Amino acid sequence: MAGVSPTGAAYADPAFKELALRALDAARSAGAQYADVRISAGRTQNISARDRRVAGINDRETFGFGVRTLVDGAWGFAASSLVTAEEVTRVARQAVEQARANRSALRRPVELAPTEAVPNGVWRSPARIDPFDVDLKDKAELLLAANAAALAVNGARFVNSSMFFLRDEKTYANTEGSVITQTIYRAQPSMTVTAVSSDMSDFQSRQSTDIQPMGRGYEHVLDGKLVENAPRWANEAVEKLSAKSVDVGRYDLILHPTHLWLTIHESIAHPTELDRAYGYEANYAGTSFVSPPEEMLGKFRYGPEFMNIQGDRTQEGSLAACGWDDDGVKPDTFLIIKNGVVNDYQTTREQALWLDWWYKQQNMPTRSHGCSYAQSWADVQFQRMPNVSLLPGEEDLGWDDLIAATDRGIAIVGDGSFSIDQQRYNAQFGGQLFYEIRGGKVVGMLKDVAYQIRTPEFWNAMDMIGGQKSYELGGAFGDGKGQPAQSNSVSHGCVPTRHRQINIINTGRTA
Amino acid sequence: MSTPRSLAAPARFLSREEAKAISDRVLGFASADETRVSINSGGRGNTRFAVNQISTSGDNYDADISIRSVIGKRTGTVTTNKLDDESLRRAVQTAEALARLAPEDPELMPELGPQSYEPDEAWQDATAELGPTGRASAVQAITNPAAAAGLTSTGYLEHQAGSRAVANSRGLFAYGRSTGAVLTTTVRTPDGTGSGWAGGISNSWSDINAAQLGEQAIEKARRSVNPVAVEPGRYTVVLEPTAVGNLVQLLGSAFNARSAEEGRSFFSKAGGGTKLGDRVVDPRVTLISDPHDERAPANTFNGEGMPVTSNTWIENGIVKALDYDRYWASRKGVEATQSGGALIMSGGDSSLEELIASTQRGLLVTRFWYIRSVDPRTILYTGLTRDGTFLIENGKVTRPVKNLRFNESPIFMLNNLEGMGRSVRVSASESGGVGRGIVVPPIKVRDFNFTSLSDAI
Repeated sequence: MAGVSPTGAAYADPAFKELALRALDAARSAGAQYADVRISAGRTQNISARDRRVAGINDRETFGFGVRTLVDGAWGFAASSLVTAEEVTRVARQAVEQARANRSALRRPVELAPTEAVPNGVWRSPARIDPFDVDLKDKAELLLAANAAALAVNGARFVNSSMFFLRDEKTYANTEGSVITQTIYRAQPSMTVTAVSSDMSDFQSRQSTDIQPMGRGYEHVLDGKLVENAPRWANEAVEKLSAKSVDVGRYDLILHPTHLWLTIHESIAHPTELDRAYGYEANYAGTSFVSPPEEMLGKFRYGPEFMNIQGDRTQEGSLAACGWDDDGVKPDTFLIIKNGVVNDYQTTREQALWLDWWYKQQNMPTRSHGCSYAQSWADVQFQRMPNVSLLPGEEDLGWDDLIAATDRGIAIVGDGSFSIDQQRYNAQFGGQLFYEIRGGKVVGMLKDVAYQIRTPEFWNAMDMIGGQKSYELGGAFGDGKGQPAQSNSVSHGCVPTRHRQINIINTGRTA
Repeated sequence: MSTPRSLAAPARFLSREEAKAISDRVLGFASADETRVSINSGGRGNTRFAVNQISTSGDNYDADISIRSVIGKRTGTVTTNKLDDESLRRAVQTAEALARLAPEDPELMPELGPQSYEPDEAWQDATAELGPTGRASAVQAITNPAAAAGLTSTGYLEHQAGSRAVANSRGLFAYGRSTGAVLTTTVRTPDGTGSGWAGGISNSWSDINAAQLGEQAIEKARRSVNPVAVEPGRYTVVLEPTAVGNLVQLLGSAFNARSAEEGRSFFSKAGGGTKLGDRVVDPRVTLISDPHDERAPANTFNGEGMPVTSNTWIENGIVKALDYDRYWASRKGVEATQSGGALIMSGGDSSLEELIASTQRGLLVTRFWYIRSVDPRTILYTGLTRDGTFLIENGKVTRPVKNLRFNESPIFMLNNLEGMGRSVRVSASESGGVGRGIVVPPIKVRDFNFTSLSDAI
């Protein structure tokens, strides 16, 4: 596995801790009551192949630091790629000056929920093989072999495949005494096969959604078995050309974990972000129908009694996994929906205090759930989604059991088109593969399928759920939120589900 | 490094001389057959506000260098933001090592030789000089009136100032500076039943009037309270320019010649061939891209250092050009497309008020949101109306209506054109960033396809 190692592994240099402490001192001296600093070295690599050629090999490193300051309850943040003693001092002062400017438009000063200082934190993703140590040749040959395997299928005309890797090594320190070093890995192999009908009147694609991005190393690519799976994806793309166009109407839907994770992401995970619920994201990502929290917590029925939704950053290999968040908080595992009812929201240190009344009522400590995250050194941290997962049901049911129990329905595999309104009520989802179910059996493939939902009705229409053996992790590599928009990576674990009488539309039109 | 004007000024970027010196250094380290260097540098500042106060803000500076090495028909690209000699030398070595390991690329095109570029007007000092104090004042020009009116304002102000350069081992060197500023605001009523949006965007911060945008959003929020439901279906719609931009910008990447000729695009023809020369939309529609449009000036070179000029995609409803990259152009024996800059749709002479006044029954849409592809065969997208959707009856805006989901294609929409107003630059990106210049008119369209209702405010 010896190969090119473009950057020296000089990251664990104690000089970074010194620079971090220098930034904190400069911020304090300039008048900050609280400050934190992140110095990070990010590395990404993308290799893409189109048909029988490697279309691109891109290796990127970005190195820099950001200082966040709190002055009389107002935030400031400044960042720079010039990592020198002089520049960290200048930037720390700049962040303080900015916070002072922001005080003029302050109505409710920021307060932070307490957290423990972590003087020497170290955490690393469970990556067995560092993707940046793997020979490029091996990676390129793997993609070309997978593409060739797909193109060998009659009717498969085009194939794009890629692998994307990320490594982020970051040092975090704050004025409360925490100094934390973490190394995060993420890997995303993917493939899209396109089939074109012989008369060029139709084309259909199949994306490799059964391989989801993970917080792992190169072993995730090897486990994905692209070469072995490619012919199946190609055959499925070809089969879609002759699939029956769906008849509109109401159907029982059976949703595979490779599809359902995205529906959970959009219709449960986003609306239970506390900043959204209080209107902080109204200008872009939107607010939430799960609002105001005072009328929702312990009261609002999201779904049936057996529906439990968990937030965590600990599932091994999950995209949101970390030792500490970008507030320096160790994330906990918490139930967002408990027995079908709203139980909690995703929080940072700034936000946990907003729910103090609820936590007191529940005899729970008022602490952040550890959901603070910034995509890079250049961006300020704010509340981002942890892994948000649908916990398995008690009965040991699987995908086939749900199909066998359904008289007239549609089973959907893989995530596809998605769109949802800014309060997360009305959503529309497509998919990769659609199967017609009659009398408990798959009777054929469908196309042009999308379902439209109103979130609470959709989840309350859930009447069957898979058990532990059918639990899988799906995930979003680039979830967007905030202004400027920042990208976050999260996993969503789930089991297959059945939803009764959901509205299906036909998306096929003729030009 | 150009000297900052004050501690907080974000307008730092690499000058032409600095960019040239860095690219010369990198090219000096190179031993590949061909090497291309791309440099991006600059500052970005932003201030967010929510619940009538500043929530977060940020200023950052970065400069990164991409090095693309070509050895035979193999390539590798490395990007770094470490600009010291040792790091640059290592980045060059890595790019060359990656290139040696890469398989041969049968579609590789040689680097371009020296080119000449038209001058551009993309830089505006007013944007480069903006800092956190100026941003805070602009925010208060919205939050104070909103709070006084008992409303809740949220929004985002972003400004960028920087430079780009492209250089290669064949002697090409291109350099340009640019600025951009955008301010958007969403004002909501405290009972959560009304929401209004307004946004402004320009290369120059001095073109953006925060107080006026605040007034527009406040007015829309007030008028949108307690919307009524209308039946989903096909409606005549009057789309404000932002809503038009949200959809027309989707055509910007649809003209790819290769996809069209390979049978996997709207511009493919059943039976083979493309729709070049076919009428695909209403004859009043002309769509061009232009780096020189004064409403959204841009740099006049692309990522390969190729000069870009104005390009007509659709003229009087007819497809006039498809987008050929250099490889596909060489294979097809045509000129590569030199397009870039703002996407501009021609307008008409109606005012928004006249478009409304001519409508017996229809809907007025402020903007669309969460627009995602549903079917690339017809450029069909889905998404929803947001922050100001109203019923038009007998030529007048009569009441707010609940938001609606559409499943529609900008191609179908531009076929059903009833009228157009004057084109203006709009903030068309969902996230409120500066992005590509989009210049479009308000339009009136019949049979716009709404498929379901949303309870979202």
